[in-house]
Amino acid sequence: MSWFIRKDKGIQTPTEMKREAPDGLWYQCPNCKKVMHTREHKLNAYTCVHCNYHEKIGSDAYFSILFDDNQFTELDATMISADPLNFVDTKAYPDRVKSTISKTGLRDAVRTAYGPMNEEQITIACMDFGFIGGSMGSVVGEKIARAIDHSLKTNTPFLMISRSGGARMMEAGFSLMQMAKTSAKLALLAEAKIPYISLLTDPTTGGVTASFAMLGDFNIAEPGALIGFAGPRVIRETIGKDLPKGFQSAEFVLDHGFLDFIVDRKDLKDKLSSLLQMLK
Amino acid sequence: MRTYLDFEKPIADLEARLEETRKLAERTGVDVSDAVDILEKSIDKLQFEIFQNLTRWQRVQLSRHPDRPYTLDYIERMCDQFIELHGDRSVRDDPAMVGGFGEIGGQSVMIIGQQKGRNTKQRQHRNFGMPNPEGYRKALRLMQLAEKFNKPIITLIDTPGAFPGLEAEERGQGEAIARNLREMMTLKVPVICIVIGEGASGGALGIAIGDRVLMLENAWYSVISPENCSTILWRSWNYKEQAAEAMKPTARDMKQAGLIDGIVEEPIGGAHTDHAAMADILKTVILATLEELNALTPQERISQRIDKFCNMGVVLE
Ligand SMILES: [Zn+2]
Repeated sequence: MSWFIRKDKGIQTPTEMKREAPDGLWYQCPNCKKVMHTREHKLNAYTCVHCNYHEKIGSDAYFSILFDDNQFTELDATMISADPLNFVDTKAYPDRVKSTISKTGLRDAVRTAYGPMNEEQITIACMDFGFIGGSMGSVVGEKIARAIDHSLKTNTPFLMISRSGGARMMEAGFSLMQMAKTSAKLALLAEAKIPYISLLTDPTTGGVTASFAMLGDFNIAEPGALIGFAGPRVIRETIGKDLPKGFQSAEFVLDHGFLDFIVDRKDLKDKLSSLLQMLK
Repeated sequence: MRTYLDFEKPIADLEARLEETRKLAERTGVDVSDAVDILEKSIDKLQFEIFQNLTRWQRVQLSRHPDRPYTLDYIERMCDQFIELHGDRSVRDDPAMVGGFGEIGGQSVMIIGQQKGRNTKQRQHRNFGMPNPEGYRKALRLMQLAEKFNKPIITLIDTPGAFPGLEAEERGQGEAIARNLREMMTLKVPVICIVIGEGASGGALGIAIGDRVLMLENAWYSVISPENCSTILWRSWNYKEQAAEAMKPTARDMKQAGLIDGIVEEPIGGAHTDHAAMADILKTVILATLEELNALTPQERISQRIDKFCNMGVVLE
């Protein structure tokens, strides 16, 4: 039995068109409600110039922030989800995937690429929350696994940018085993002593937190990001009480000893380079 | 007093009649051996029929049967000796995760598993089999101890999930599970993992990375419980049967999907009807599997273990 069913071609989508946010002239910060130029906002790494709110961004934005002149080679760009369980809830899983692809221009909830970051090669996997809540199914697991293979093969540091609600329920058992698969690859990466930086962004929960996101040599996060294993709603229902303010925020997780540092997105690229430089 | 699930009720009725017939015989001295014989045969036949055609949801119910054997029941029946070891050496001992060195068929092994409680008080003490981070850290400590002394590891999985509590989050539930996944991949000793009841999500996987992952016939193993899946995807608790069908979480489903290595048969009528027979079957399977794994070098086991998990997934490209 072969695990990877190969098709000649995935679905063709004019991705560049769809992935770009509508380029309005003004951006209003959802936190402080103040307005700024979209261009100014973009130059500020999609953080608010007034209150420093970190807008939730996807792989396109992270790649442009981190890779020099947005120069990168994408890995496994055409891989899309299969339907190993013939899963149907209120909708058939393949239909859900298809409509999400056409809505978002993305193929699944992670994109992987390599390229120069301050002139040093790095391999990056970046999740897209817009694709079924950044949920982890076989494609997410397999693309991350292959990105780690690329890191191993080219001896380049691996950066994982997580933003996920957790498991892709429509892949049930297959989804669960992606936690094992990615952790297995990270065991090999650790053995090869190749640096692994895990950046947790808002939100990172569930199976992603309980696997690759918490396995970095360096676990770092963006300010204010929600980070946890169980989601806040589930915990509230379990304990029957409201949660303390700031519970499961990046700052809270740092205080409890599970993060190395919190990084402002404007400093991300240079701080990563400095850190990696020190490991040489 | 045995507990009967809804679909076991016809069996319960026949068993009640059998009991009555026997009592009648005792009281009156009438020879009822023919009637008893017929009833016993009907019970066997009915049980066989019911258990041949269990729905997925019924198997999920069986996996949670209040009379089902739990980790310590197996340990007690399978081991000639067992010394329980406690604590994660950092925060506390987690009663939802038990472990220790045991002797099984003349071999020393490390046995670790989630533990559920049988009555209200025990259930609370065991936190319904939902470990905190300390449980996962204790499990890892014991696995590393086993590795140090070159003893194989057996894990028994039976949990509705890792505990979703406030303190569990403060103490890094996600990190604890994640670390186990990575560390178990490279353990040098043989590792056999058996889902004996419920295998829910990361809380199960956190002790389920092994050379052989097996499931009992009426256990389930998936990324979420059918009830929670129903709540999220159908936005209602009422679709748990459909959710169970869609998720395909039974031993047969998981074997067919290539996500587990084998199925351990239960006595007809389910593990809860005969703890001794079930423990015997499991012990035999464990010893045979250990023999297979002992024939490999640590490096062979590790690379096969890693390759196995790395091959799980189906994508289109
Ligand atoms: Zn603002």
